[in-house]
Amino acid sequence: MSAIALKFSAVSKTFSSEGRQLSALDKVSFSIQPGRVTGLIGPDGAGKTTLLRLAAGLLLPDTGNIHVLGIDAIAEPLTVQSSISYMPQRFGLYEDLSVQENLDLYADLQGLSRIERPARYAQLMKMTGLAPFAQRLAGQLSGGMKQKLGLACTLVHSPQLLLLDEPTVGVDPVSRRELWQIIYLQVQEAGMTVLLSTAYLDEAERCDEVLLLHQGKLLDQGKPAKFSHSVEGRTFLVTAKDLGHRRLQEMLSRAPGVLDALIEGEAVRLVMETIEQPRVEVLLPGQKDIHITTVSPRFEDAFIARLKIRQTNPVTEFSSQLTIDLEKNDEVISVKNLQRRFDDFIAVNNVSFSVRRGEIFGLLGANGAGKSTTFRMLCGLLPASSGELAVAGYDLRRAAASARGRIGYMAQKFSLYSNLSVIQNLRFFSSAYGLRGKEQKTRLEWALTTFALKSFQDANAGDLPLGYKQRLSFAAALMHEPDILFLDEPTSGVDPLARRGFWARTNALAEAGVTVLVTTHFMEEANYCDRLVIMADGEVLASGTPLSMKLRARTAKNPDPTMEDAFIQLIEKRQQTLDTAP
Amino acid sequence: MNSLAHMRLVGLIRKESLQILRDPSSIAIAFVMPVVLLFLFGYGVSLDAKHIPLGIVIEQPDRETQSLAGAFERSEFFSPQHFSVIQTAQQALKEHQIDGIVWLRSNFSAQLLSNSAAPIGVIVNGVDSNQANITQRYIEGTWFAWLTHYAESRGQSLTMPVTLEQRVWFNTALSSRLFLVPGLIAIVMTLIGSLLTAMVVAREWERGTMEAMMVTPLRRSEILAGKLIPYFVLGMGGMLFSVAIAVWQFHVPLHGSFWLLMISSALFMLVALAIGLLISIVSKNQFVAGLLAIIVTFLPAFILSGFLFDIHSMPSWIQFITYLVPARYFVAILQTLFLAGDVWSVVLPNIGALLIMSLFYFSLVWRKFHKRLE
Amino acid sequence: MYFRLIWALAVKEFLALLRDKRSRFVIIGPPIIQLLVFGFAASYDLNNVPVAVYNEDLGEASRELVSRIDGSPNFEIVAYITHDRELAPLIDSRDVLLVLHIDQRFSSKLLQGTSAPVQVILDGRNSNTAMMAMNYVNRIILDYNLSWLASQNKSGSVAILQTRAWYNENLQSNWFIVPGIVGLLTLLVTLLVTALSVAREREAGTFDQLLVTPLRPIQILIGKAIPGMIIGILEATLIIVVMVTLFDIPLRGSLGALYLGILLFLLSAVGVGLMISAISVTQQQAVMGAFLFMVPAIVLSGFATPIANMPQFVQWLTYLDPLRYFLVIVRGVTLEGSSFSLLLNQYWPMAIIGIATLSLAGWLFRNRMY
Repeated sequence: MSAIALKFSAVSKTFSSEGRQLSALDKVSFSIQPGRVTGLIGPDGAGKTTLLRLAAGLLLPDTGNIHVLGIDAIAEPLTVQSSISYMPQRFGLYEDLSVQENLDLYADLQGLSRIERPARYAQLMKMTGLAPFAQRLAGQLSGGMKQKLGLACTLVHSPQLLLLDEPTVGVDPVSRRELWQIIYLQVQEAGMTVLLSTAYLDEAERCDEVLLLHQGKLLDQGKPAKFSHSVEGRTFLVTAKDLGHRRLQEMLSRAPGVLDALIEGEAVRLVMETIEQPRVEVLLPGQKDIHITTVSPRFEDAFIARLKIRQTNPVTEFSSQLTIDLEKNDEVISVKNLQRRFDDFIAVNNVSFSVRRGEIFGLLGANGAGKSTTFRMLCGLLPASSGELAVAGYDLRRAAASARGRIGYMAQKFSLYSNLSVIQNLRFFSSAYGLRGKEQKTRLEWALTTFALKSFQDANAGDLPLGYKQRLSFAAALMHEPDILFLDEPTSGVDPLARRGFWARTNALAEAGVTVLVTTHFMEEANYCDRLVIMADGEVLASGTPLSMKLRARTAKNPDPTMEDAFIQLIEKRQQTLDTAP
Repeated sequence: MNSLAHMRLVGLIRKESLQILRDPSSIAIAFVMPVVLLFLFGYGVSLDAKHIPLGIVIEQPDRETQSLAGAFERSEFFSPQHFSVIQTAQQALKEHQIDGIVWLRSNFSAQLLSNSAAPIGVIVNGVDSNQANITQRYIEGTWFAWLTHYAESRGQSLTMPVTLEQRVWFNTALSSRLFLVPGLIAIVMTLIGSLLTAMVVAREWERGTMEAMMVTPLRRSEILAGKLIPYFVLGMGGMLFSVAIAVWQFHVPLHGSFWLLMISSALFMLVALAIGLLISIVSKNQFVAGLLAIIVTFLPAFILSGFLFDIHSMPSWIQFITYLVPARYFVAILQTLFLAGDVWSVVLPNIGALLIMSLFYFSLVWRKFHKRLE
Repeated sequence: MYFRLIWALAVKEFLALLRDKRSRFVIIGPPIIQLLVFGFAASYDLNNVPVAVYNEDLGEASRELVSRIDGSPNFEIVAYITHDRELAPLIDSRDVLLVLHIDQRFSSKLLQGTSAPVQVILDGRNSNTAMMAMNYVNRIILDYNLSWLASQNKSGSVAILQTRAWYNENLQSNWFIVPGIVGLLTLLVTLLVTALSVAREREAGTFDQLLVTPLRPIQILIGKAIPGMIIGILEATLIIVVMVTLFDIPLRGSLGALYLGILLFLLSAVGVGLMISAISVTQQQAVMGAFLFMVPAIVLSGFATPIANMPQFVQWLTYLDPLRYFLVIVRGVTLEGSSFSLLLNQYWPMAIIGIATLSLAGWLFRNRMY
């Protein structure tokens, strides 16, 4: 057994597509000590997936050497593969097998003995909350549950080295917490080494060590605290009495000297360009009741400080003026007692809410809570078993096709044409919504520039890095400037930089009067919502403004709960009542 | 380590079997398709023409022409229609109401009685050349029989100088069912082995399940065996099912030995599976894999295997191509085993060819299939 | 607006299909190769059938008969045998298809004026080939008899057959088969292209994205049908060009009548394809479904064996098969020079099948949207 779990020495990898050479990794060298959890972070398209695939022996590097557990991964991939586990980004579940059958298969393949199975299964089922669905076909699970099943299949045995490619995309916070517990348990008990890529920077903070990758180059390696240290003294929290947090954030992000402004709860978190105490007069001239407090830096601040190219020009979304009458504060989406059954399983039960024009409305909930099913019913993709629903006054399943032209829909799973290029996808969807000629041209141009897709415009959509796929889907949903937007986990797997851009855009849209219905697993993002509902097991657990949700979760121990605390508390409370119920 | 490998393989096979059982289309191909094919070919398809619609034009009815027409009417091969002018008969031929015309001109009897050669005009629709040939032969037969009969009735004897005795071996009645049905087994196995397997493996590439497989400790051989064994079983199941229908429903005799049938089927199945795997590895996409499998395996099994069309009669460059079609060897074995028996001089070389082909295709699969994504 | 949306969809379908190099290749390459190989291979005419001659007669007459067999392009004498026991192995091992056995008293009997029998032993394993070979032998014997009779001045009063074949004067079987392949390959490609079109989108999840656009189901249906139609027309045209130039098959009728047939045939093929696609959940099911339709469709179409020879019940089934009508049209236009009015009875059933299947596909689209 070598003292080094994973060693890359000057590894380079280029891909050629349609005559162009794309450098995915450029002379990357690092080594990872055994028994550590290492996070692999970097913006979309940094080369994270390529790095993991190389380590798993699935790709051959152009130059350089890779040693996994002291074994040459180039010469002996099979020996490597028998002592590691790798979870690909798009985990290959067999959709026509049940949850249990998928688990059994991977237990067989990984050589888990039959004696160990019951205990292991129980543990994994608890983590994933899949126990009630053991007999269900994997194809019928919700997106997040599929991801969790993929994780469970990967974790079915304890390898010496565990490679995870964005394991928590689309996984709810409760399950994420459980997942981390399992990982650390195995690290402690079995001395396992873990390398995982993630877009959640709070997860990076939990790692022992972090590798920062950018444009195929390894920028840095070290403890998360070391990164955070670099922005010491540059992070502040700003609150304003008279301004809404969204407005405040928008103003701050354009203020001089500000590198990053991010909504955090009811306040806005600032990262300054230099170490200096920001002054209200400079940041927000003419505003009163502004409080600025110094806070300790987080990993995310450092990440942003390192990678962000300051954007000063304001976000302009709509080329043409929207024809939305902002005066009318009417209901755009209304849902009453909505129910959906699949055979004897009730996916959505008695759900009611309404969304007003220009509102950002959030749907939060654990995986499998029924969010996507609700979305699909609202978009007319699935008939409701009972109840009433109306979008802009119509039931889209029955309404004239033109009514669908007013909505934009971004599905949870990437659902654009993988073998069409980026530009062809955009062109098709804009045409499908009736855009043409000059108008179409300007919108295409807009989409390519705002979403930084220009350099990828001729690449196949299916070959894009995950984060870029999400951008493309978002762009496609916005091509026709819809006045109602349905976004199903739009920021899953998107790096923090792009996520900021995404929310800035969504905010601008809402300000312009667009109604947005969104689901998300980033609980901090829930703060962007005007109102939200939290769902569990197909039912609405709570609804209200983010602030009211957090106030409800306030306890003596935790006087200033985050959205995530509020969410977990709600879910756990429900679990307790269910457990105590006869 | 051995028990682990065993566990992995069993796991894979169980998974594959469950998938087969859950997808109605797999079962349909293995068990519905053979029934459809066997019944279509067994009952529906026949080259043995009967009741050919034939136009008889008699421009001037009299004893001679009536006697000849009567000969056609008594034949089971024809259902004659009468015309008095050739133009209407020709129109009927154009409109596909009749397939041939026998034309007795107004001076037919006069010529016949004056002992000069009396021409009978025969026109057949030659579009279906095979059918036209058969029609011609039946007309000739009827004509010759009538000629002999006519000569006798006039006190002359017209003995045929040479008569033909035909003895048909193996399929005495020359029933097309007896030779089509064994050949179909090759088609059914090609479908399961190549088409179904190519689609199933291509789907694993498309869905990303192959990537997950590749990073498990599975060896290349195990992944391949995990695919081969279930579809091998399915294919052999389809084969046995087809044989059962052939023997019990269509009364095709099985003169050869059962174990020889099993051995050669197993070999053929391996070749078909190897080609299916190869197609899926090359295409990695279900649309391409499906189309490729049909074009590379199914259609050649139909047309180039000797199942329907005689290989000897093909141009030599195509005969050369048929050597690349595994079904060619298997069809030869099947027809011999069913209708003739264990004829080693046929079975052995063909089994040898299948053996070489399976080795060749498997070594190709082995070389092309990497546990890598590139 | 209405048609622009359809067009946008059709363009997308084309791109999705043709952007991939391998898809592009399998749509164009193999059908042409198939046409070439099958066009030459699929033939009922027998050439160079291996035969053995077992001639026990020493007379002139038998030599004359053997030389007629030898001279026929249909047969090739590969062995002369002199003993009974050599016979069985030759047939068993498929070295020869038939053995011509001439008795030792053949010549003497013939000269005496009594019937002289000739025995033909056939390998019946392939009954079709055996039957054909038998036909050829029969014809040779008949010719021989006639010339023998003539030479002996015994012909007396005979009626002679003067046979002509219309449309396919030399009775070449590839004139019959190759136009059939036009129908077969066009059906194959069109059916697969359309059968996979919706199933592929369902499997990839893009169908949902399509359904939330203002496109109506009927527009989606038409948009998906257009690529199938266009690819089918191009495919058919390509094959027809190869057929006429390479196989020298005449084109005696009007192209208009042929293309009307192609259009209606494709309409019904696309209808069936989309129907299969609407039912299927996965691409595998779509391919297998297309297959379960296509194989009976080919067998029942009269492509290889005449419909008239089928049992009555099966003949009724063939009326549901669009390929049945199309084959009559292709063969009619190419060989018979059939006019539009003569083919009228082939056009309307295909139109009905096309409209019925497309409406059913449309209905399935609407009712299986989830």
